[in-house]
Amino acid sequence: MRQTAEGSLRARLRSVWNDTFLYTLLSILIGLLAGSVILLVTGFNPIEAYGTLFGGVLGTGKTRMYAVQYAAPIIFTGLSVTFAFKTGLFNIGAEGQYIMGGLAALVVSVLMPLPAGLHGAVAVLAGGLAGAVWGAVAGLLKAYKGIHEVIVTIMLNWIAFYFSNFIVMTPMFKKPNSTASVEVSETARIYTDAFKEHFGSVHIHWGMLLAPVAVAFCWVILNKTTLGFRLRAVGFNRNAAEYGGINVGRSISLSMGISGMLAGLGGAVQVLGVVGRITQLAAQEGYGFDGISVSMIGGINPIGALFAGLFYGGMKYGGSKLNIIGAPSELVNVIIGVIIYSIAIMGAFRALVFFFRAKKEGRPL
Amino acid sequence: MDDSLSGTVAASESPPAVDMLNITMMFGAFKANDNVCLTVPRRSIHAILGENGAGKSTLMNVLYGLLQPTSGEIRIKGERVSIDSPSRAIELGVGMVHQHFMLVPPFTVVENIILGREPMRGAGVMDMGKARADVKELSDRYGLNVDPDAKVEDISVGMQQRAEILKVLYRGADILILDEPTSSLTPQEIKDLERIMKNLVAEGKTVIIITHKLAEIKAIADLCTIIRAGKTIDTVRVSDVSEQELASMMVGRTVEFSIDKKPATPGEVVLNVENLVVRDYWDHEAVNGLNLTVRAGEIVGMAGVDGNGQSEFVAALTGLRKAESGVITISGVDMFNKSPRTLFEHGVSSIPEDRQKHGLVLDFSVAENLVLQNVGEPEFSRHGFLRKDNIMNHARELTETYDVRPAGCAAAKAGSLSGGNQQKVIIAREVTNDKELLICVNPTRGLDVGAIEYVHRHIVSQRDAGKAVLLISFELDEIMKLSDRIDVVFRGKVAGSVEGGKADQAMLGLMMAGGEAHAANR
Repeated sequence: MRQTAEGSLRARLRSVWNDTFLYTLLSILIGLLAGSVILLVTGFNPIEAYGTLFGGVLGTGKTRMYAVQYAAPIIFTGLSVTFAFKTGLFNIGAEGQYIMGGLAALVVSVLMPLPAGLHGAVAVLAGGLAGAVWGAVAGLLKAYKGIHEVIVTIMLNWIAFYFSNFIVMTPMFKKPNSTASVEVSETARIYTDAFKEHFGSVHIHWGMLLAPVAVAFCWVILNKTTLGFRLRAVGFNRNAAEYGGINVGRSISLSMGISGMLAGLGGAVQVLGVVGRITQLAAQEGYGFDGISVSMIGGINPIGALFAGLFYGGMKYGGSKLNIIGAPSELVNVIIGVIIYSIAIMGAFRALVFFFRAKKEGRPL
Repeated sequence: MDDSLSGTVAASESPPAVDMLNITMMFGAFKANDNVCLTVPRRSIHAILGENGAGKSTLMNVLYGLLQPTSGEIRIKGERVSIDSPSRAIELGVGMVHQHFMLVPPFTVVENIILGREPMRGAGVMDMGKARADVKELSDRYGLNVDPDAKVEDISVGMQQRAEILKVLYRGADILILDEPTSSLTPQEIKDLERIMKNLVAEGKTVIIITHKLAEIKAIADLCTIIRAGKTIDTVRVSDVSEQELASMMVGRTVEFSIDKKPATPGEVVLNVENLVVRDYWDHEAVNGLNLTVRAGEIVGMAGVDGNGQSEFVAALTGLRKAESGVITISGVDMFNKSPRTLFEHGVSSIPEDRQKHGLVLDFSVAENLVLQNVGEPEFSRHGFLRKDNIMNHARELTETYDVRPAGCAAAKAGSLSGGNQQKVIIAREVTNDKELLICVNPTRGLDVGAIEYVHRHIVSQRDAGKAVLLISFELDEIMKLSDRIDVVFRGKVAGSVEGGKADQAMLGLMMAGGEAHAANR
């Protein structure tokens, strides 16, 4: 009796998951359909355009690795947003944490001479730490002063942005006659040229391996540890968690810290593994905001974030290929936008399906 | 059903207000209503009694058009009707006041009442003057005593409910369904509501109340239909039966109202509170100089009208609110302004007043909720990793021992359980903690008699196991039934203390109202 009750529960959970998965695929389809409507209206052949886009991404080993290179940083920011979400927090500050992570990595790489190999690892860790501090600031303010994390993280994004621009332009870091910093030191580089003959100019870097490790880290913390248990309890019901003896303030700070660390790691691996320097920016690059999209497409699930990150990374890379047939590469942003809308609306769509089913069966709502 | 019942209450040969014949309501394979029959004579107060989940709300949702019955027939005032929506029900004169009110908080009472039926003066211009006058007139006629211009967010729960009743009357209902109308009211508000219901009947309305509170049925209803497991058990004239009989029909077995309680054998002082001062949200001293002791092996009941500092006292005692000054010790150890964690570690376990706010994480499974406080113990985690098998086994054991339904719900979300079963989860957890002090705040609020009996037995068994129990409740019956000693709290102080067996309702009532000198001298 008990066995069957639990069995059916598991079956139901599975069906919900399948549900989410199917709805996500449906949303992607709707996004692509919307894209093709725009292509048709603007006088392009959608089949040709999508052929170019997906062919350009999946065509060769090199293009596929390019997609992974694009995906790596947004998998980190996607995880960052996902982790915060799972513990009841909305981290809009992945952008700032990402910037601080990259900046810390640059600073360590330039100012702290260390042997090759070790240098890169220390710089990546410094990036994670800087992101963690940046996230924890928002967490502490939320936990002990009651200031909403959305407001604080948005402000911290701009502080990080201008701080980074300021540091990059100081004589110590500025590369003469440029608007960028000096290159990260050779010893701190985390990419390898070993696969050059296969992948050409693609930067194969350790961050690509670190991303799935971070996915596993998030999944294990959230689902398997007492820490995750407590963080989720606080996220779901702060009052009951406090009543049950969980230190709520600590949990919120810690959760934002971990979330920030993930985004910071993303910034660090991108600077050390791909870009090699930090340029003075006129506008935020949007890696943190892409992370919100990745998190949503991934169904707010660490494993989902990995695949959503790869998908989004591929789309970002493939967008540039659209120029070949003269179509605007911004089309990709439209498609992603429609996908996000569809996912948001899917909640309503699902409620609608539920409503009609309930109505049909005469069930109470 | 007994034919002689119809027509006895309202002297009329006209057809009954409501006649529901052989209503069956299927949800999939589950029969929520199984051939239920209900006849409500005009101008009567008709109670529908049943345990949580017996199918009484389903039946009323059918009558109000929210559900379409699988089979059966409904007649309103003798006319066969099909009610496919609430708006159709309203057309037919059937109105419903839900347990959870559906009012717009920033709107005034009048605005809420006319919402959707605004009287118009010309094209698109609302006639607020007429609306206000209409509402006022209705309010006066039925003695509802509602301030039409007050904002809903500023008025008491009782007045909100009266506003809901007004809303239904304004829409022209003459058959009113009230779903668990007293569950969130104070005793005074309950008295007011009873008076209002009698006014309504006197003015020709018919009232149906869904409830599981026997005392109320005895106090106001004319007839009572008992539903158990989706079936009509009987319809009785309330004056002919005792509460005991009603309870037995409702749960299908004999219910023990009195509890078999051995005399207490109090031991060492566990909880000691001296001169405690706690400020409330508005910075008033809600608790001012409260003294209280609870010994091992006794139940101390704290009686009092809501708002005399009980909430603030409990919040300070459980670490949720900082006290100003005073002494709190547990078994001699200072516990003044300590965190919930520290209190837990030093022997305090508590059943909180608001089970959904403080007691449970509704999005967590029952199993996870059962280890909320002690997940860090070696049985449930090792090196920071959860031992899920042990957590599940623990939950299976407890849900079985404490009869948490549905069977095998260990993996189900706590939020999917009924209120009574949620309460059982909390009790299972807190009692299993096996702490020296158990604090119970309104432990049976919203539960039906079967569940109440169950909770009471557990509280007494904790006492018999040598625990100190502090019971804070607004239900005087509960306090009198369980307590070995009753402390009456008035304006933030203990105004008097009575031995459990020697208390009577009148005396306690007087003390609760501040008449300590009289009561103490009796």
